[in-house]
Amino acid sequence: MALGDYIRSTQVWKSIFRHPAPVDRRNRVVVVLTNFVLHLHPVNIRKSGLDLSYTWCMGGLTFFLFLIETITGTLLMFYYRPTAMHAYRDILDLRDVVTLGILREMHRWGAHCMVLAVWLHMYRVFLTGSYKPPREFNWVVGVLLLVLTLLLSFTGYLLPWDQLAVWAITVGSNMARATPLLGHEGPLHSVLKIGEVGLIHSGSDARFLLIAGRTIGEMTLNRFYILHCIAIPLVVTSLIMIHFWRVRKDGGISGPL
Amino acid sequence: MHGPDMTLAVKIGLSWCFAFLAAMNLTAIVFWVFRKEDGKLELPENFGLVATLCGLVFGVGLVLAHTSVPAPVSYSIGLVGLLAFGAYLVAVGLLRAGSAAAWTWLVFALVYLGLSAAYGYLPVSAAPVLPEAFRDTVDAVSGPVSFFFGSVIGLAVIIWFREFITRPAVGWIALNIFLAFYALSMTDWDFRQIVAKPDNIPITMMLLTVGFFTWLALRRAVENDRRIAEGKPVVEKEREEKVLVWPDLVYVELICMIIFTVGLVLWSIYLKAPIEQPANLTETPNPSKAPWYFLGLQEMLVYYDPWLAGVVFPGLIILGLMAMPYIDVNVKGAGYYTFRERSFAITTFLFGFIVLWVLMVTLGTFLRGPGWNFYGPYQYWDPHLVLPLVNVDFSDYFWLYWLGVAKPEHWALRELPGIIAVLLYFLILPPLLARTVFRRLYLQMGFARYMVFSFLFLMMAALPLKMLLRWTFNLKYIVHIGEYFFNI
Repeated sequence: MALGDYIRSTQVWKSIFRHPAPVDRRNRVVVVLTNFVLHLHPVNIRKSGLDLSYTWCMGGLTFFLFLIETITGTLLMFYYRPTAMHAYRDILDLRDVVTLGILREMHRWGAHCMVLAVWLHMYRVFLTGSYKPPREFNWVVGVLLLVLTLLLSFTGYLLPWDQLAVWAITVGSNMARATPLLGHEGPLHSVLKIGEVGLIHSGSDARFLLIAGRTIGEMTLNRFYILHCIAIPLVVTSLIMIHFWRVRKDGGISGPL
Repeated sequence: MHGPDMTLAVKIGLSWCFAFLAAMNLTAIVFWVFRKEDGKLELPENFGLVATLCGLVFGVGLVLAHTSVPAPVSYSIGLVGLLAFGAYLVAVGLLRAGSAAAWTWLVFALVYLGLSAAYGYLPVSAAPVLPEAFRDTVDAVSGPVSFFFGSVIGLAVIIWFREFITRPAVGWIALNIFLAFYALSMTDWDFRQIVAKPDNIPITMMLLTVGFFTWLALRRAVENDRRIAEGKPVVEKEREEKVLVWPDLVYVELICMIIFTVGLVLWSIYLKAPIEQPANLTETPNPSKAPWYFLGLQEMLVYYDPWLAGVVFPGLIILGLMAMPYIDVNVKGAGYYTFRERSFAITTFLFGFIVLWVLMVTLGTFLRGPGWNFYGPYQYWDPHLVLPLVNVDFSDYFWLYWLGVAKPEHWALRELPGIIAVLLYFLILPPLLARTVFRRLYLQMGFARYMVFSFLFLMMAALPLKMLLRWTFNLKYIVHIGEYFFNI
């Protein structure tokens, strides 16, 4: 008996995979329907949906990158403390001390790739007119996921707590103080006042809400850490579920009517 | 303050880089010679064996290049693999069935091989660098104005000549030019400082992937447009038949995941993530830049105040993207590539995505230096460069230049001309356009859709318009109410 056949005949193997390898049509249908991971897929798919020159594989790649980011991110959390005292040292340790220290590299390059993959995915969806009915709402969900992907990357940018990080976030978050009405240097903010007392100042405006202070500081680090590791991933996960659900309900990968 | 243009590391890197470019073109010969009418590759019997052996020799050289083995030795080993593969191809393929294109790729490969050998064997002092005159010329002609008009003209050319440009040979030549330009530019110290920065790698990836996928999509669109004109079904229609997800899709997914993971791990081993000095809020770096994907927005700050460039425009980009499926009432072009059936939608999107986003990100990353001043690709980022700001407000033009009187004290009167101009833009233009160029769109969309569309369209056009006004009239603000931070 070949080794592969032997392994597949053991009790352990059979306890994990409840069915033999699907070789006939009926079992190939069943495996997708009944396997927990595979059931994200439909049972069958248009041939055009298999063509890489049609799909560019960018939606799937984006999701795969989200998984890579989640896994490497979780591992990074074992080493990283989001405090002004420790953050920078922990990043150096991840490079110099941690065994097989490419976790941060995988996380950072993966994040760059994910931003790019989302853009290319949307580019493809636009160019094939796949946002047209009945897929309008899923495009809207996709736009939200684009924004959240950028926010995920942006909040993560601060965490190394080096010059590159704080100044990039300073430049980015400075925009918030120019928010109309709600930023202390934004147009019309002086309209919001009670009597003579202005409601919007540098300690109460949109920027203060974003960075938890008048300047970038330890509380910003904490706020961005929570946003990066918990708050935004939770929202993204929920929206991904809706996004995938709607892909299926709207008729799978788009094709001509 | 310049560093040396040529160093030992750059020289060794370029010797391998051009060897890769040569290998790339040799591989192209395979596709051009051994591809049959139906698109399938029919390779000679022992091709796999020869290619694997040559690849192995090349790989051994590449691995040795990362050890203490002298660079010319490891490089020579790699070169043997490359030359053997080239000689094999000429013998079995080119001489028998070489097309003109295949012979061209051989010439490319030989040129790259020559450059590769030059970097591999010449001493650092003698290795070729990009001619100073060429670099100076490029720096002299590059600027925000030429960059913008170059982008617009480039996009127009790509769209107009899409049938020509999407031919495989033309695409291949374009890729060769881009990569050779990049590789040769690496011999410039200033270019290297910016483009080879670890966090700027995504920009190069973006240029390559967006360029390639634009080419690919247009290629498929051209093919489908031809079919539609002939009354035949589009490519996607012919591939409508359904197949089972297991095994057809799950294996494609698995292979994509494995290839991508290997690539990411290699990239992570090869290139360290950047870490600079510890955070210090009292020491502002110059330039201070946002993360790369926001640099298009940071570039807009040159033309508009933060409340517009940093808040309102990004908000409208998001809202506009969300509104798109509800504005676009064209039922054609759903689920397949086409250009002709959606020419207006696609042209507008390409202008927004490529010219106003992708290329603005590139401009902001590669060409904006200290003080957010423009620097040519080979120009030193001089932190002391001071450019005179001679911009004036619309109210200056109106009251001082045209009427020749002092500007009124009160802001409302002072800015009245500017306010009227902005109101005219948003209130008069939509109905005017609806009666003229957008007449058909207006009839298709109906009033509500059209109003949303025209507002978003005018907002998008506001950026290039302000650029033009800045470049032609040195216009700073159209409306300038500093009292309320309300500047347009």
